[in-house]
Amino acid sequence: MQTMLTNTEQPIYLDYSATTPIDPRVADKMIPYITQHFGNPASRSHAYGWRADAAVEAARADVAALVHADPKEIVWTSGATESNNLAIKGAAHFHRKKGQHLITVKTEHKAVLDSMRELEREGFEVTYLDPEPDGLVDAKKFAAALRDDTVLASVMYVNNEIGVIQDIATLGALCHARGALFHVDAAQATGKVDIDLQRLPVDLMSFSAHKTYGPKGIGALYVRRKPRARIEPQMHGGGHERGMRSGTLATHQIVGMGEAFRIARDEMPLENARIRRLRDKLLAGLRDIEEVYINGDMDQRVPHNLNISFNYVEGESLMMAMKELAVSSGSACTSASLEPSYVLRALGRPDELAHSSIRFTLGRYTTAGDIEFAVNIIRQKIQKLRALSPLWDMYKAGVDINSVKWATH
Amino acid sequence: MSYSDKVIDHYENPRNVGTLNTADADVGTGMVGAPACGDVMRLQIKVGKDGRIDDAVFKTYGCGSAIASSSLVTEWVKGKTLDQAMLIKNSEIADELALPPVKIHCSVLAEDAIRAAISDYRSKQELADAGYVACQPTTSAIVAA
Repeated sequence: MQTMLTNTEQPIYLDYSATTPIDPRVADKMIPYITQHFGNPASRSHAYGWRADAAVEAARADVAALVHADPKEIVWTSGATESNNLAIKGAAHFHRKKGQHLITVKTEHKAVLDSMRELEREGFEVTYLDPEPDGLVDAKKFAAALRDDTVLASVMYVNNEIGVIQDIATLGALCHARGALFHVDAAQATGKVDIDLQRLPVDLMSFSAHKTYGPKGIGALYVRRKPRARIEPQMHGGGHERGMRSGTLATHQIVGMGEAFRIARDEMPLENARIRRLRDKLLAGLRDIEEVYINGDMDQRVPHNLNISFNYVEGESLMMAMKELAVSSGSACTSASLEPSYVLRALGRPDELAHSSIRFTLGRYTTAGDIEFAVNIIRQKIQKLRALSPLWDMYKAGVDINSVKWATH
Repeated sequence: MSYSDKVIDHYENPRNVGTLNTADADVGTGMVGAPACGDVMRLQIKVGKDGRIDDAVFKTYGCGSAIASSSLVTEWVKGKTLDQAMLIKNSEIADELALPPVKIHCSVLAEDAIRAAISDYRSKQELADAGYVACQPTTSAIVAA
């Protein structure tokens, strides 16, 4: 089990929030459903179909159990992006006559923000809330944004970049008090946070398998039954998933997601304690470096995330320097766009700190040795790049970078 | 993003990293870019009595392509006259380093840095010719750049 990332040719993987490897136990369980038990779960007339259907329903029960939901409340999708689209557009379209206002937060995933943008094009009105500088949503500001014609609010459970955990119970209660539906993108939360949908005032919740050691290409949407959350399907066809999402079910993917979520339920407490110790070790190894800034609240935060800005060093060049580590950066140049992370900007972080940020996300196969190695590399490369940085020279010479008139380009 | 071997070479073994005294009359300093944009280059040249660039050094805050572009131009400008150095085009830098389209701005910045350093040097010479003491504090040189 610990063999997968020991190849010395490969960098140490510290990007578990981008995706996780499939747990070998999950892979083992999936394989027979590709070759042997290949039946269509919708085939009611023979044993192939029955076998596949039984596997799909067992997986549905495992996914539901992790979040304390009823299996009938779980709808399979292709991933959290599809779940977010289905929840937001589906609910907005269904309730269009009731109201045309929606609420979300500027630090949400693009799958939520772009679904909202699409609804704006269709005539809906959307309020995009600013988070506080620690990344958390202020309940008072959230309450103030709710209106009589608000049909749905969408807030992510755990932020993908900075790992902060929103107060879903409080925000959901505020929503329900005003008669609005509450959707939560929980792609980054499963296996990290104890999710209890028996207690949480949430109507729709999006899940992904591949962030929790399951396969890519499979996810689910929780759709509350009591009281029933109504959505319009976005994918039309054979009426699968009680008409909410048509399309032949990908049995092997579903089996994988079920097994991944079952393992998460069993191993969460121990795993999170172990990963938290490693994350704290990483932080302890870096925090005495001059001019480092942690992005996002450290208490309301998942145990595996550390997002940190190394001032006067640009994130992409730091990643290039640390080629022995696989991490991601909030800096512009990591993507085709030249903008720094919109999440860090929404926290009010200056652009130069956003450009200097690195996200470390640890996981199931991270070892103490990996962290010691990483700390050494990071310290060494920060020193090297600061020796190259004219901004570091200026900082050391006592020049206030903000007092300089820069010709922005 | 994958980098060309030349970018990686300049990035891992940057040429001519350093600082010259901004106040010296034979030194021209060009500082271009902005921290908010994710890249700042400081290129400095030292001009000999024969009007050729004797030495060139840089420091750069920015991505690998920005560091490589500035490292490359320090090599290119050495031994050139100021007029020859002014002819270096960003497209030549981009071609030499095989920069992808999203990184072309790094080569533009390097070209700007050469021009800024030369213009700083020339303005110092004009001041000196006019009988002023050629001396500028660090920060104003930066603002001027």
